[in-house]
Amino acid sequence: MTAALSISNLQKTYDNGFQALKGISFDVQPGDFFALLGPNGAGKSTTIGIICSLVRKTGGSVSIFGIDIDKDFPAAKQMLGVVPQEFNFSQFEKVYDIVCTQGGFYGMPRALAEERTEKYLKQLGLWDKRSTQARMLSGGMKRRLMIARALIHEPKLLILDEPTAGVDIELRRSMWTFLEEINRQGTTIILTTHYLEEAESLCRNIAIIDKGEIVENTSIKSLLKTLNKEVFILDVRDPLSDCPDLGDFDGRLRDEHSLEVTIEKGQSLNALFSRLGEQGVAVVSMRNRANRLEELFVSLLAEGQKTEGEKS
Amino acid sequence: MTSNAIWISFVTIFRREVRRFTRIWPQTLVPPVITMSLYFVIFGALIGSRIGEMGGFTYMEFVVPGLIMMAVITNSYSNVVSSFYSAKFQRSVEELLVSPTPNWVVMAGYVLGGVARGLIVGFVVTLIALFFTDLSVQHVGITVAIVFLTAVLFSLAGFINAIFANSFDDISIIPTFVLTPLTYLGGVFYSIGLLSPFWQGLSKLNPVLYMVNAFRYGVLGVSDINVAWAFVGVVVFIALLFGWGLHLMSHGKRLRH
Repeated sequence: MTAALSISNLQKTYDNGFQALKGISFDVQPGDFFALLGPNGAGKSTTIGIICSLVRKTGGSVSIFGIDIDKDFPAAKQMLGVVPQEFNFSQFEKVYDIVCTQGGFYGMPRALAEERTEKYLKQLGLWDKRSTQARMLSGGMKRRLMIARALIHEPKLLILDEPTAGVDIELRRSMWTFLEEINRQGTTIILTTHYLEEAESLCRNIAIIDKGEIVENTSIKSLLKTLNKEVFILDVRDPLSDCPDLGDFDGRLRDEHSLEVTIEKGQSLNALFSRLGEQGVAVVSMRNRANRLEELFVSLLAEGQKTEGEKS
Repeated sequence: MTSNAIWISFVTIFRREVRRFTRIWPQTLVPPVITMSLYFVIFGALIGSRIGEMGGFTYMEFVVPGLIMMAVITNSYSNVVSSFYSAKFQRSVEELLVSPTPNWVVMAGYVLGGVARGLIVGFVVTLIALFFTDLSVQHVGITVAIVFLTAVLFSLAGFINAIFANSFDDISIIPTFVLTPLTYLGGVFYSIGLLSPFWQGLSKLNPVLYMVNAFRYGVLGVSDINVAWAFVGVVVFIALLFGWGLHLMSHGKRLRH
C-alpha cells in the first residue's frame, strides 16, 4: 500500500549551520492517526514546514501518497492540509472570506468553496462568527478557523501542529471528537502536541523526534507495553502523619492525604491495597502521577541525553 | 493544476486584493484623490494662471496628464508593496505558499490588484480634473496602453520591494527616496524643453519621464520624447521585473526558510 506520507533520510541545515534534521525517516499509513512528538526545538515544525513547502530541505525525500514533492509539488499539495502552530491568516479579514478564499487558492469553483465553507464553519461551531474579523476571535476560535481553512479542499492528509495549544479542556475535547470523526471518514491525520494525553487517546502510531533524530517509531500500544513502571497517586480517607509500611513497593507520603507509590512491572495493585488495608489505610481514589506516554517520553529523551553524554 | 483551476486561483487573489483596498477605502482611495485635487487647485488654477502656456497648452491642461500618471504610479506601487508585505508580516502569505497555486499566478494576482487600484484612482482623478479643464484624448489606444503598462510596471516594482522588505520602514524607503523624486523630476510639472541641455540629458535617464510623456502624448498629442521608446522601455522593464520577481518567489529565500 502506498504510504500517505513517506519521509526518507530527511535533512535540514539552516543558513546559520544549525542542523535541525539529521536524516530522519518514517512512514505514515493511509487512514492512520499519527503522533509526531518531541520537545521544543526537536525538529517537528521543521519537518512539517518541509512537507508543506514553507521550509526547504537540504537532503532526503518526501512523498505524499506516492507523489514525490521534488517531482510534482502542486499535485502533492492538493492532498495536503496544514494547520500551523502560529496563527497565519489576515487578522482583518472576515472568517467566511478566509476559509472561502483558501478554496480558490486550490482552484475550487466559487459555489463549491462556499458550500464547503458553510459546512466546515458549522461543524466547527464558527458559523455564527462568519462575518466577524478574525482578530476579534478568541484563541480557540482562531485554532478552529485554521482547521476549517485546512479542510476546505478536503485533503487526504491533514497535519496539525499543536492544534489545541492554549485551548480550554472542554473545547479541546470537542476538537478531539471532530478530529476522530474526520479520521474515521478516511482522512489521515498527523498530530504534533505537547499534551501527551491527547496523543495517547487519539493516535495509533507515533514517532518521537529529538535533536533532529527519530528516537522511537512504533505503535502507541507497543510503546506503552515497554513501560516498566508506573507512578500512582493514592488519595487516602484519613490523614496520615507518616508513610505506611509499603513492603516491596517504593513510595512516599506526598502530604497527609496522599501517597505516591511506584508499581513495577509484575507487581500487583491488589497486594498494595491489601497491605494498606491491613494498616487501616483506606484509599478513596487513585490516578497516574503523569500520563503513561509522558513517562515513556521523558525516559526516552533522558536515555538519549545519557547516550549523548557517554559519547562525548 | 488545470488551466481552469489556475484561472480560479488568479481571480481569487485578484478579488481578495480588490476587497482589501475597497474595505479600507478611506486609506486607499480618498487620500490620493484629495492630494491630486489640491495639486489641481494650487498648481493648476492658482499658480498655473500666472505661468502661462507650456508646450502650447494652458498650464492646467499641461499638468493634468502628469498628475493622473503620478496618481497611477504611486497607488499601483503602494497597493502591492503594502498588501504583500502585510501578508508576509501576518504570515497569511503562507496560505498561498502551501497551496498549489504557481508563483507566477500569485504575482499576477497581486499585480493586477495594484493595477486595479492605480486605474481606479487615476479614473477618479481624471473626473476631478474635468472640473478644472476640458480633456479631449488625442490617441485613445496610446493613452490606455501606457497607463495600463505603467500601472503593471509599478505594481511589479512594489511586489519586489515587499519581498525584500523586513519591516514597515523598508516599504516606505523606495517610495520616499526613489519614486517621489523620479516622479517630481519626471516632467509632471514642466516640459524638459525648459531645461539646459545637460539637465535635459540627465532627465532622459529617468524612466518616469517616458511614461508621463507618452501619456501626455496620448491625451494632448505633444511629448518631449519619442513615444515608441517609452513603450519599448516599459515593456522591457516589465519583463525584467517579472523575471526577477519570479526568481525571488521560486528561490523563496525571503518567504520560505
